[in-house]
Amino acid sequence: MHAEPLSLIFLNAAIVNNFVLALFLGICPFLGVSAKKETAWNMGLATMFVMLVSSAAAYGINWLLTQLGLEFLRLICYIAVIASAVQLVEMFVKKTSPTLFRSLGIFLPLITTNCAILGLALFQTTKEYNFVQSLVYALGAGAGFILALMLMAGLREKLALAKVPSVSQGAAMSLMLAGLLSLAFMGFAGLGGGHG
Amino acid sequence: MSELLNPQEKLTPDTFLRGLWEENPVFVMLLGLCPVLAVTSTTLNALAMGLATTFVLVCSSLLVSLLRHWIPKQVRIASYIVIIATFVTIVDYAIQAISLELYAALGAFIQLIVANCVILGRAEAYASKQRLHTTLVNSLGMGAGFTLALLALGTVREILGNGTILGVSLFSPDFQPWIVMILPPGGFFVLGAWLLLFNWLRESKVRRAAKFTGAPADAR
Repeated sequence: MHAEPLSLIFLNAAIVNNFVLALFLGICPFLGVSAKKETAWNMGLATMFVMLVSSAAAYGINWLLTQLGLEFLRLICYIAVIASAVQLVEMFVKKTSPTLFRSLGIFLPLITTNCAILGLALFQTTKEYNFVQSLVYALGAGAGFILALMLMAGLREKLALAKVPSVSQGAAMSLMLAGLLSLAFMGFAGLGGGHG
Repeated sequence: MSELLNPQEKLTPDTFLRGLWEENPVFVMLLGLCPVLAVTSTTLNALAMGLATTFVLVCSSLLVSLLRHWIPKQVRIASYIVIIATFVTIVDYAIQAISLELYAALGAFIQLIVANCVILGRAEAYASKQRLHTTLVNSLGMGAGFTLALLALGTVREILGNGTILGVSLFSPDFQPWIVMILPPGGFFVLGAWLLLFNWLRESKVRRAAKFTGAPADAR
């Protein structure tokens, strides 16, 4: 029934329907932690890990809830799982690298409210992916998130050296840059499967 | 800032107005940008999204404020999220019942209201410390500010990208719409342009004030 090849799922999530630049998911960390490449990379990895864990968990939960006929509890269960996964990552990072923990700051616990992760769980449910497809989808979404974050961080590091009018400093300039990136990513439209 | 106020804020017009302008969740605090960019390709979608978010914001803030003495500090974030998710589920089913067309247009973003940081931010920074009536007024103000921002984006994008407002055609048939404005990049551009405008207004105000007092004009 779902003969969609895994490579297509991956490409679709990572590039064609890039979670950040085409679907507008996870804009807050995208603008918040993209000032330096190193933090962006680490944040991307942490997000990708949470995505994988919550995607696997969401698959199990959805199966269980469908068996019990309790689909209306789906949203609450998903967000609870994501919150616990984030807690796990937070403890892990705090133990292994206190420096990284400090540089990510408030954005680490805020992965919970990163809509890219909840969005991923919801999309894989609507698309009725099986377990392997869900994991590949999560991997692709994570890769896409890292890609967008790294591109943005690279641009912003260059921009820090440029002289811009004082009115356009900060968020306004970042948004314009993001718009240009998004415009570039539109070139990939039509390469892969359907929207969403 | 509301965080710095006394534990029990007095009810003033400012409690409401702050959310509209001074602490506008979108234009000033840059929170909850995902739905702001994603569902504002038409005015109607923007309005529906704004109202849905306001409903969740007000209801969850009220419940958090009501339960503020009973929620243990260690598990507060999880409790807030569950409260928010409950109301979002209600909204999700309500919109599905009211208009299937609207439900399809807003897509996953109705359920993604759960992950809107404006709501969690209000619960954490305001509702968990304040009394019921101030919370009601404050969250209404924040919701109105959020809706206003969505409308600001939605109308501009619909006029430029489609030549219509609320579906009513504005220009003669030979108007060439800027398709890019209703596509994803347009969202970034229009929000960026609004921020530029507000920055410019703020700077010119500072400059005028500086001229008035004779101080050197230093905007920042």
